[in-house]
Amino acid sequence: MLDKTGIAKRIAKEVQNGYYVNLGIGIPTLVANYVRDDIEVEFQSENGVLGMGPFPFEGEEDADIINAGKQTITTLPGASFFDSALSFSMIRGQHVDLTILGAMEVAENGDIANWKIPGRMVKGMGGAMDLVASAENIIVAMMHTNKKGESKLLKKCTLPLTGVGCVKKIVTNLAVIEITESGFKLLERAPGVSVEMIKQATEGALIVEGEIPEMQF
Amino acid sequence: MINKKVENVDIALKGVKDNMTFMLGGFGLCGIPENAISKLVSLGVKNLTCISNNAGVDDFGLGLLLHKKQIKKMISSYVGENDEFERQMLSGELDVELIPQGTLAERCRAAQAGFPAIYTPAGYGTEVAEGKETREFDGKMYVLEHAFKADFAFVKAWKGDAAGNLIFKGTARNFNPVMCGAAKITVAEVEELVPLGTLDPNQIHIPGIFVQRIFQGAHYEKRIEQRTVRIKI
Repeated sequence: MLDKTGIAKRIAKEVQNGYYVNLGIGIPTLVANYVRDDIEVEFQSENGVLGMGPFPFEGEEDADIINAGKQTITTLPGASFFDSALSFSMIRGQHVDLTILGAMEVAENGDIANWKIPGRMVKGMGGAMDLVASAENIIVAMMHTNKKGESKLLKKCTLPLTGVGCVKKIVTNLAVIEITESGFKLLERAPGVSVEMIKQATEGALIVEGEIPEMQF
Repeated sequence: MINKKVENVDIALKGVKDNMTFMLGGFGLCGIPENAISKLVSLGVKNLTCISNNAGVDDFGLGLLLHKKQIKKMISSYVGENDEFERQMLSGELDVELIPQGTLAERCRAAQAGFPAIYTPAGYGTEVAEGKETREFDGKMYVLEHAFKADFAFVKAWKGDAAGNLIFKGTARNFNPVMCGAAKITVAEVEELVPLGTLDPNQIHIPGIFVQRIFQGAHYEKRIEQRTVRIKI
């Protein structure tokens, strides 16, 4: 079974040379730490920066340079700043190659819910609805079950949707799963996790074909 | 040169009244019009509709206006950093319209650019699209979103000149440029109001035509919401 860092490490393997990548808040943010050194990747943050670097050294923080999580950041050589409309032109116009974001629920058909729990405080969708509506390549990073132990991979989402039929791949603490026309297709198991454990933690139909390999890092 | 310079924030905010709709630039607390917000608090104008990506924090940014209950309605994409906001929203004192961030930007830009509405794929199939016109283009579904109508846009830039030309810094740019010229009156406050002719015309982000009033801001606090650093090894 993986922890959040493990999920980030596995997703980092999906990042390819030449990709422009948008990372959501939470586990997705960690992915930047594990991308291979020998490939060129640029990270976009929807508040208006392309070419994000690591956090600044203490004393070098600049209130005018933050990421979408409002954290102080730095920029790398070749970086650029732009306004919010241009930022979402990159996203809506499908210039960003890969979007990695968290979710509360994902359905077999690729629907995603990650912005609202009715009856509880609603913080807002931020850029998530724009991202999921337009990105060609969306990977969801999340735990396989919620805090109550209930599956987050469902036949149908119960929470208000963020987008319809848009998720392509899910990486959880238990598995790598691809969304296909016939449902969740199991691609890989986390170390020490059996197919049976994944089946039990998945409410939606799980397609298992042949031997399922263990994740490689 | 058509002079847009006004002497201070008092003159810059002339004409601001109860029940108006304002656009306010900024992402979180980054690039917010600090001087204009302080002045709105001291003017005590009420029943405001504010279009801004976020709603500040409890004791800074738009949180200051919320605290004085001057805001009737917020139109934002994310409001998670503010306890007073949450209290007013749950008690029904505050009306809140949450919309996708890219849609927020584009509804500003549409107002700036003279488009009555735009089609976006964001929110299709979700409650954001409920009651809105949808249309298919090349096999994909889109939602019709209308341009905002606002009385004032309050923006903050790094440098500006008396002609109203603006240059922004870092990610403090965010929604500020798309709000310029998107309201009846755009008021720009700048960290440095520089002598005319010193800004390179090649480097201007927003030409002065989109700005009606510009003033030299004072005492920028530039509060950081999440101070994240790494250790020097």
